[in-house]
Amino acid sequence: MSDTVVITETKTLPYSFTLPVVGGAGAFFGLFVGTAQGSGLLGVVIGFVLCAALAWVALSLAGVKNEKGFKWGCIALFLVAGFLVGGAPGLVLGGLFGWFLGWFIYWIGRGRYRMFLPPYLTGGQVLWHYSFRVICGAIFVFLITPILVVMPLSFNAENFFTFTPEMLSFDPAGYSLRHYRDFFSSAEWQQALRNSLMIAPVATLLAVGFGTLAAIGLSQPHVPFRQAIMAILISPMIVPLIISAAGMYFFYSRIGLQGTYVGVVLAHAALGIPFVIITVTATLVGFDRSLTRAAANMGANPVTTFFRVQMPLILPGVISGGLFAFITSFDEVVVVLFVGSANQQTLPWQMFTGLREQISPTILAVATILVGISIVLLTTVELLRRRSERLRGLSPG
Amino acid sequence: MSDATSNANTIDAPTPEKGIAAAEAKNNPVLAADGTPLKKSLRRALRAQKLRALMLIAPLLIFVLVTFIAPILDMLFRSIENQIVSDTLPRTTSQLSEWDPATDELPPEAVYEAFYYDLFAAVEARQHTRLGQRLNYENTGVSSLFRGSGRDLDDFREDQVEYIEDFSPEWEDAGYWLSLMSGEGGEDFLDTRRDAILALIRESKRSPLGDLWCATIATCATAPEDIDIGYTPSAEVIDLLPRTSEAYADFALITVLEEEDSIAEEEPWEAVYVALAQDLAETPESELAAFSGPQAQALVDLKAGLADVEAQSFRDLFAQSDDDWVTPSPWRTIQTYAPAYTTGYFLNAADMQKTPDGPEFRPENERIYGLLLQRTMFLSLTITFSCILLGYPIAYLLSNLPMRTANLLMILVLLPFWTSLLVRTSAWKVMLQQQGVINDVLVWLGLVGDGSRLVMINNQFGTIVAMTHILLPFMILPMYSVMSTIPPSYVRAAKSLGATNWTTFWRVYFPQSVPGIGAGSILVFILSIGYYITPEIVGGTTGTFISNRIAYHISSSLNWGLAAALGSILLVVVLALYWAYDRIVGIDNVKLGG
Repeated sequence: MSDTVVITETKTLPYSFTLPVVGGAGAFFGLFVGTAQGSGLLGVVIGFVLCAALAWVALSLAGVKNEKGFKWGCIALFLVAGFLVGGAPGLVLGGLFGWFLGWFIYWIGRGRYRMFLPPYLTGGQVLWHYSFRVICGAIFVFLITPILVVMPLSFNAENFFTFTPEMLSFDPAGYSLRHYRDFFSSAEWQQALRNSLMIAPVATLLAVGFGTLAAIGLSQPHVPFRQAIMAILISPMIVPLIISAAGMYFFYSRIGLQGTYVGVVLAHAALGIPFVIITVTATLVGFDRSLTRAAANMGANPVTTFFRVQMPLILPGVISGGLFAFITSFDEVVVVLFVGSANQQTLPWQMFTGLREQISPTILAVATILVGISIVLLTTVELLRRRSERLRGLSPG
Repeated sequence: MSDATSNANTIDAPTPEKGIAAAEAKNNPVLAADGTPLKKSLRRALRAQKLRALMLIAPLLIFVLVTFIAPILDMLFRSIENQIVSDTLPRTTSQLSEWDPATDELPPEAVYEAFYYDLFAAVEARQHTRLGQRLNYENTGVSSLFRGSGRDLDDFREDQVEYIEDFSPEWEDAGYWLSLMSGEGGEDFLDTRRDAILALIRESKRSPLGDLWCATIATCATAPEDIDIGYTPSAEVIDLLPRTSEAYADFALITVLEEEDSIAEEEPWEAVYVALAQDLAETPESELAAFSGPQAQALVDLKAGLADVEAQSFRDLFAQSDDDWVTPSPWRTIQTYAPAYTTGYFLNAADMQKTPDGPEFRPENERIYGLLLQRTMFLSLTITFSCILLGYPIAYLLSNLPMRTANLLMILVLLPFWTSLLVRTSAWKVMLQQQGVINDVLVWLGLVGDGSRLVMINNQFGTIVAMTHILLPFMILPMYSVMSTIPPSYVRAAKSLGATNWTTFWRVYFPQSVPGIGAGSILVFILSIGYYITPEIVGGTTGTFISNRIAYHISSSLNWGLAAALGSILLVVVLALYWAYDRIVGIDNVKLGG
């Protein structure tokens, strides 16, 4: 948002507004520090007085000229205070709070919060604007925190699922790579990883191969029963996994595929097909048919046309469909639980039994690795999507 | 480039079809270069095009039909299939069909006799416990009844068996029995018995396709219908000693097919001796003497000797084994579930049971599935509603921010979407536990005492929080794609006409965003109603869904029929929603990853 233009002038606001607001913020944080130390009321009072005093110092003594100096002073003050109160974790939290308070005093006191908003907004509207941002921020925190919490915990030196005091005081002894070592040295986990890597790529290949062909067929102008065929092909995505798993378990044991590698691969390919169909047909919507006609006109046979003209253009869609199919198979646990046997135990299966029975933080190490993988996949898909949109001239993004 | 991408179907310009129509209006068909009418050759080209499209789709369609649709249909079939009773007790069920279950009278002796021979074969094939378990779902206690009597069966009419064995040593000899039963003309008889025994031991015959596969490509074990049993029944003996022939054929088939032993070395079951005694008692001496085999005289002597040995009725024997056999209750259950197809599983899934007077609700305290379905609906609705509540502000913010910022924030939505489901579930387990991160933070802040940590996992709260987090991206993405098409000028117009902020939002913006809410809600609801993994891990006992019950019936209680019936009900609900989704949003418009 920093690239938007300043549309409202800033000025120092009266103390009757600044001091209570900043003091209120101080009181809010003081409440937590106070309750942690034993007396909530004292925390509120100290927080209010301290922050209001700092705001007065900033606006009357330091002013805009010495803004940088005041902010650093503020950080230093709270670093020391935090360390005295709470040791190493207090140091970090104090520093963060000092940085925030320095910025907040000037943001409120100088009226900077109105800088990028139209001057005619009422106070209530401005308040709502920022409250809405804070609510959205809280939801984003809800979305992302669980994933972020897992990562540091995977470096836990203990066998706990929570932060130990050593970890919180940033003691190097509290951290270790033992869970990663566990993962890489345990035969069970390695077998699971191998199984996952043997099943997912083959299922992906099957799904992409059949799926791309069918998507091309479906995007022809005259396809009889298009709706019905589409509904059947998409159904593996819609039918609840437990039903697919139950049906496959019954049927595959009838035909002797239950508990075999082939059975699991076929089941996973079926689950991945809808993703391939959806992404590839979406890419084909923007495909310019006159290009294939031009190629045919110049004497290319259908196969050459497909591989030299059509394929390069829809490749991004095919690859992202393939990635979807891959992650579907790689993450899948319900179907493999039922269709597979002990010999097909995949990574998610191992995690699932781990979560249900013996809880070991090795799961968190695996989780962190998987988050890394998903970040790579996400980046790839996003890049491909943008490239495909650029190729089709749909959006500049 | 952008010109060419516009949809060719919407261009309103002269097309060949219009030209042909115009020419035909003048009764003057246009001809193609080779002289055929242009209309005909165009139609041929169109047919070729359709065929090509279908050829491209066909491999996938077949693949999905075989690997996915067939299993679903199989599950639907299993929810009504009930062949186990008539396969295991074929003679009993046919005898029992004459019996009127409404009276308090016991079934006739013929039923007990048929049941003795059926149960004997089932015990030898080790199938009687399976059947007991199946009937136990409907009538508690039947399972132990079957197991108990299964053990006593060897001692029924012990005196007769011992008398025959002691009568002359050759009756204990497997070879003597084999030579007695063997002969000519009994092939059809053996095949009929083979079908019955294959159904009993639940081994299916190979399909013609399977036979072709085995003959040409793979080397397979011999199909069960082609295995040599080691004897051909004699048509004469079948006429003379019908029960003995049947019992001996059952013995021979199970010995060869199931135990993989040879009948030339195995002494027949006790049931064969009992059958022989019964047959001899009923056959006149003259017929026995006319038997062409060398054993004719032995049979006549045996008949004379057996006349002095007392034989208790089968009903009394079963009564001695367990009193319950002389009550109508187990017989009613067997008769009710004798047909090959049953609505019993569906009735069970609806908390009802079959009685001789038609379906009835179970007693109040045994109704669990209605409650479970209610809970599944309640949890799914709560999750959908929380997703709307949390997703709407985010989608609104993303669609009103500048492109670059919105794309950056979008990563925060897409990252959870791409992260493995189990990673997110384990993260919530870590966060919500009593010794978990949230409780630790609350204790550290002093908001909660160390002794009174909040219970946030293994209950409905845990399921709702974790699943809202997991399904939130599925709500935000469709909402976002709808909201980003709402032109901002409408909002500005409303404001400039004097509407307040609230009126602008409620009367102008919100109605336009409703399709996004609808699409997202149906998607989230469909996904949540069938969830299994997350409730299993964070749901405890109160926060589980109907899917967890299905999984329990498949893997633990082994009541596959009930699992299939519950699955079919769930499938119908989901398909109805899917249909609604298709009508409202269109399957083609499903978007992935923004």
